[in-house]
Amino acid sequence: MDFYAAQFLTGLASAASLFLVASGLSLIFGVTRIVNFAHGAFYMAGAYLAYTLTERLSGPFGYWVGLVLAALLTAGIGALVEVLLLRRVYKAPELFQLLATFGVTLMAEDLVVLVWGPDDLIGGRAPGLEGGVLLFGQRIPAYDLFLIALGPAVLGALWLILHRTRFGVLVRAATEDREMVAALGVDQKWLFTGVFALGVFLAGLGGALQLPRDAVNHAMDLSVIVEAFVVVVIGGLGSVLGAFVAAVLVAELNAFGILILPGVSLVLAFLVMAAVLVVRPHGLFGREEPAPRAVGLPARLWRPLGRTAGTLALLAVAACALLPLVAGPYALAVAAEIALFALFALSLQFLMSVGGLVSFGHAAFFGLGAYGAAFAVQAGLPMPAALPAGALLAALGAVAAGWFAVRLSGVYLAMLTLAFAQILWSTAFQWVALTGGDNGILGLWPSGLAGTPAGFYLLTLALLAAGLVALRRLAFAPYGYALRAARDAPARAAAVGIDVGRIRWMAFVAAGAAAGLAGALFAFLKGSVFPDTLAIPLSIDALVMVLLGGVGTVSGALIGAVAYKSAAVWLMRETDLSKLVLGALIVVLVVAFPRGIAGTLADLFARRRRA
Amino acid sequence: MSRAGEGSAPPLLAVDGLAKAYGGVLAVDGVSFALRPGEVLALIGPNGAGKSTCFAMLGGQIAPDRGRVRLLGRDVTGLPPRRLAGAGVGRTFQVAAAFASMTVRENVQLALLGHEGHERTVWRPFRPLGAFAAVPAEALLERVGMAADAGRPVGELAYGDLKRLEFALALAASPRLLLMDEPTAGMAPAGRGDLMRLVAETARDDGVGVLFTEHDMDVVFAHADRVMVLDRGRLIAEGTPEAVRADPQVRAVYLGGEPP
Repeated sequence: MDFYAAQFLTGLASAASLFLVASGLSLIFGVTRIVNFAHGAFYMAGAYLAYTLTERLSGPFGYWVGLVLAALLTAGIGALVEVLLLRRVYKAPELFQLLATFGVTLMAEDLVVLVWGPDDLIGGRAPGLEGGVLLFGQRIPAYDLFLIALGPAVLGALWLILHRTRFGVLVRAATEDREMVAALGVDQKWLFTGVFALGVFLAGLGGALQLPRDAVNHAMDLSVIVEAFVVVVIGGLGSVLGAFVAAVLVAELNAFGILILPGVSLVLAFLVMAAVLVVRPHGLFGREEPAPRAVGLPARLWRPLGRTAGTLALLAVAACALLPLVAGPYALAVAAEIALFALFALSLQFLMSVGGLVSFGHAAFFGLGAYGAAFAVQAGLPMPAALPAGALLAALGAVAAGWFAVRLSGVYLAMLTLAFAQILWSTAFQWVALTGGDNGILGLWPSGLAGTPAGFYLLTLALLAAGLVALRRLAFAPYGYALRAARDAPARAAAVGIDVGRIRWMAFVAAGAAAGLAGALFAFLKGSVFPDTLAIPLSIDALVMVLLGGVGTVSGALIGAVAYKSAAVWLMRETDLSKLVLGALIVVLVVAFPRGIAGTLADLFARRRRA
Repeated sequence: MSRAGEGSAPPLLAVDGLAKAYGGVLAVDGVSFALRPGEVLALIGPNGAGKSTCFAMLGGQIAPDRGRVRLLGRDVTGLPPRRLAGAGVGRTFQVAAAFASMTVRENVQLALLGHEGHERTVWRPFRPLGAFAAVPAEALLERVGMAADAGRPVGELAYGDLKRLEFALALAASPRLLLMDEPTAGMAPAGRGDLMRLVAETARDDGVGVLFTEHDMDVVFAHADRVMVLDRGRLIAEGTPEAVRADPQVRAVYLGGEPP
């Protein structure tokens, strides 16, 4: 019994940092509507800065000053990022800011390695709190007790700021109704900067406070951002109290889940999140939001390709088909990879652009496709049967995920899809008997005509073309219009008799099948399948490709995928700092092309035609 | 519509004891009324009287706590909006909502798709929408006077035109009952009369029953056959525009006795 009480206290201590990070994320979202992916990077920056400062500033007083100073410095960096970058993209389609913050995250991951080196850093113990206290017959670190007290203290301080200061009143008002606050003549610019800086301060403090407990490393951003997202969504976006309750819940799930089965804890958190969202679609303490702005409403009408554009597209495919005449095996493998990623990105674009349904976990379907193909091969099926088997497994996964997802909207929907992908990822990781776990499934080689690099490339290209045609025709069929109608005005769509839920559900299935086909091709390209085909970075790749191409277009993801994937492959080969360069590139593209590459091009053409 | 059968024929819409409470406060408290085919009925009342809640219950957005709604004798209480559309209810919203990323014609085509007998078409995946129901779509647009705008993107429309388009969308499924939440809100005064004349014409010619809420009393008294007044969740008056205008209780509700 005593052991469990001690474990409970450990969970509470972990909840403190998690709460700090999540409350910052929640505040920022509530006011600016930015899903700040860089929040994990700021947490990491806080930890690294705290390491350096506590080393430099001597004495017990210096240590604590160092921690706070680290958080303040991080907040300063955050304010700079807001003023220099985010201010330029507030007017861009929703979620485009996510891309900007993702670029910042990529840069940060390489920057900390440049400055602090790749090794884990272990900071000094907190002076005055080095020892432990005997509680329940167990020695509880004094620092943990400090953290346990700090969580509610910060919650109280935030409550005071939000309810007793003019700034706080504005923040709460803006969370409720942004337009109204703007109409009151409040300088929104600086309100946003202030909130962003406060949120980042909390993230930085969360990171700094981890210094005495954990080693500092350059991958800590991703793990914390995922947990923080889960906390924010369970608690309800924009609710600080919700973030606190959910942080305690998640931290305790971690503390006790690890006793049942190591590694199961994150799955537990995601399962709880999924359950909460099904019962309360806006989180525990979140309120129903006014209908979210549709994602990137296109400024021009969508049209099926005309004769000229169609001919050009055919010529482009023909030109790509000639690549094997000039390219070697390596180039062909890269080209095949780009082509299958383009198919993957197009499938997400169908969901996002036509359906207005943003998925943060699209890798789920990619990975299911890859594993589906692998299982088929293990069962003795040849490649021509294994590819559709992959697509089928992914489609079945989409039937399940879609059933839950269509009950939600906006960021909540996005987070549920992320949860789905994470649950699958953990399953693939831990169900070793079925998936081989970390060792993956090996020996999946293409057969027959597809057995050569040229043959495989041509097959991928053909399937990409077929997928492109199918998804476009679907977009311009009555079904696609109905799906778009549900995106434009859900209530109106229901009032004219459109079954919004079922239409959206089927969009998940169509997009899932196409993504699964891409995943199956990926399995044969690499000859193997690993759990990372289901992991978050891949989901983010897909998002980046869609946003880069232009979320307001029907198939701009094609261009986004080619640009992003070729840049990534090339940079990986040319430089050790590929993430830094890629991140900077994304940031520049975000500022230069807020409608994405294809979106900007399409606007140019439309303008020229009118002129 | 022959006036003779009025008494015996079942009403188009029969609402009986509709009620809804929010946290102990009764927003709508036992509202009952009936609507005949071809009749234009206005539901008015001061802010917070419960009009919106009443409308949302009739439109299927909120489930009532108590009460029954019957459409042509069929119990439709608590049906979701999509099913109500199938049962013959067309509706327009206070803030006009059309499908902003499409042309005017595509909007109407899509609304026609939701019409009974065409549900299957939605699931015929690869046939383009282009030619679907083009002729009835043109006819509908002609009827609301928007044929010339058929090819324009909805995003470009002036608000008044958007309201008219929304009316066309509501008519697409040949409804028996039209629920219009503030049909002229946000429109220029000149356009209001035009739209309401169109609504009254539709009711008269097709025998469609119309229930609408409205803030503009000129619109109400010029175009409604009958007026109901809601105050604090209860119906306090009901009758011809003239009778309601003269009702002392109604005058009291509307700011110190000035005629509403």
